[in-house]
Amino acid sequence: MTYAHAAVTALADAMRADPAVVAMGEDVGRGGIFGQYRGLQQEFGPMRVIDTPISESTIMGAAVGMALAGLKPVVEMRVADFALCAMDELVNQAAKARYMFGGQGRVPLVARLPIGIWTASAAQHSQSLEAWFAHIPGLVVVTPATAADNYALLRASIDSGDPVVYMEHKELWGSEGEVAPSARAELGKAKVVRAGTDLTLVTWSRAVHASIAAADAAAKHGVSVEVIDLRTIWPWDRDAVFASAAKTRRLLVVHEAIQAAGFGAEIAASVAESLAVPVARLGGPRIPVGYAPTLEAEARIDAARILARVLEMLDGSGRKQSVA
Amino acid sequence: MALIRAFENAAEAASKGGVAAFGAALGGAALVRGPLHLSTGQEAVPAGVCANLERADLLTSTHRGHGHTLAKGADATRMMCELFGRATGYNHGKGGSMHIADFSVGMLGANGVVAAGIPIAAGAAHAIRIRGGREIVACFFGDGAINRGPFLEGLNWARIYDLPVLFVCEDNRYSATTATEAMTGGEGAAARAASIGIPATTVDGNDVVAVAEAAQDLVAAVRAGKGPRLLHAITYRVKGHVSVDPASYRDATEVARAIEQDPLLIAAAKLAAMGVPEKEIASADAAAAATIAAAVSAANAAPFPETALAYTDIQDTGAGRWL
Repeated sequence: MTYAHAAVTALADAMRADPAVVAMGEDVGRGGIFGQYRGLQQEFGPMRVIDTPISESTIMGAAVGMALAGLKPVVEMRVADFALCAMDELVNQAAKARYMFGGQGRVPLVARLPIGIWTASAAQHSQSLEAWFAHIPGLVVVTPATAADNYALLRASIDSGDPVVYMEHKELWGSEGEVAPSARAELGKAKVVRAGTDLTLVTWSRAVHASIAAADAAAKHGVSVEVIDLRTIWPWDRDAVFASAAKTRRLLVVHEAIQAAGFGAEIAASVAESLAVPVARLGGPRIPVGYAPTLEAEARIDAARILARVLEMLDGSGRKQSVA
Repeated sequence: MALIRAFENAAEAASKGGVAAFGAALGGAALVRGPLHLSTGQEAVPAGVCANLERADLLTSTHRGHGHTLAKGADATRMMCELFGRATGYNHGKGGSMHIADFSVGMLGANGVVAAGIPIAAGAAHAIRIRGGREIVACFFGDGAINRGPFLEGLNWARIYDLPVLFVCEDNRYSATTATEAMTGGEGAAARAASIGIPATTVDGNDVVAVAEAAQDLVAAVRAGKGPRLLHAITYRVKGHVSVDPASYRDATEVARAIEQDPLLIAAAKLAAMGVPEKEIASADAAAAATIAAAVSAANAAPFPETALAYTDIQDTGAGRWL
């Protein structure tokens, strides 16, 4: 099953299980531009799979109103960049309502904000903004990397009762994987996707796949890399990251998002505060994503870059540097 | 209306020194701290509209929301406790004046962001529609809100899905310290609503009978499933933007003229003309004053929230993880 189909399946299962779940956004009635709503309006009708105008503020704001009135809306922003038109509704309303009204209301809302470079889509359709939302109390931030997780994490997000910023990656829609029916993943639990002993590589979303490829290449240099798919950015799995870093004595955080003030900085700083181990980050340069292939490539974090950073943390030949 | 006026007067008195703005300094003794937006002089709008609502109907409000909250049936003491930041307030001291809410009477919250209640109201009405309920949503906003995008988006949304919303533009003529007229193109709220296909009525917002009668027709249409309606109620903000704002940017004769049109005086005159004895009107005022005096005493005596409350009702997922 593809990553996109896994999301459709998760949403359909959630809508069958709970009549309070509704989906809405631009073009969802025709399946969504990535196929991530395919067939849902046919099954559930236009009252529950709602085609909306291009009104991001009101898609998000109406979802807050629906949630306060007892529904569980799943809203589509098409790309995370467009959700910037709905920032008040997400940050000031959805994330704050429960707290500032003293718990009188809750906002069970899943906002789908696909992230990531999407080939040749340039600066306004390519951003990875997960760190912005990790900064906001009240929000959960989820970044599935596989088809299985796109099912299990979407179900868990809808079940959570919290406002969730659900960030699929636009270049993973067609990726294939086994999906367990009705599975749920626990939000806030990372997964070790490749065991290793010399270095802990923490990553998420599409960079998981490049990181696994880099770890395979590193093995040829005699370096054993443990790759952790964080899966949830907030709350992030400190226990899993700390346990692995304590074992390998080295931490590298890799993400497609811009490195400066990226979420990797938070993880690296947290580990450095607690464990006396070297920490490093690898994220995108602080440049907008350019259109031309040569420019776009500069913004990408590929396996070669990750491998180079891994080997930099050890010595170039793969022999482990002594850790004082 | 008398209760709203008494509430606003008491809150205003308790807010002296509550915020450093408009040249006023912060004073340690203020009981109502932070920006306090008073609806003094605008009482006929919430009173007239909410007289036509049922308890199960929903309401969204603005940063100037005490009147809407009281008119929907909230308890003045729990509201005053919230303004005083006490644990016994509706929001346990987490919201204050700008976020006053009483979900038990359908009041889904005042809002610190202009126009933010409009999409929320549309969504709440959408939920009613999906569930097949007969409730409606009253969505109050000010004249400044019609210059924000969510006004256009939210009205369009309500129209295309035929949602049960009564939009109420409570036009007090000022956007903070700026006269709204100078900042608004075209003919204003009603004309903009009409351009989206939402029938609108304009009314003297200081005449509670006129507001109530206009709202009655509009509420009936909304409840009958005819889709959204808009009421443009023209009133006047007697006080400044916040309680410490002397509003010296306004022409004194404009203010004096507005005070002559005090909605409480207009209502009293109408009651007198209907043969209601003056004594009865005075006793209503006295009852309101007593209720508010008791609310202030209770708020004064109530405890502040324990600091542990700073960490509750944020999110379930990851609760306990604050770093």
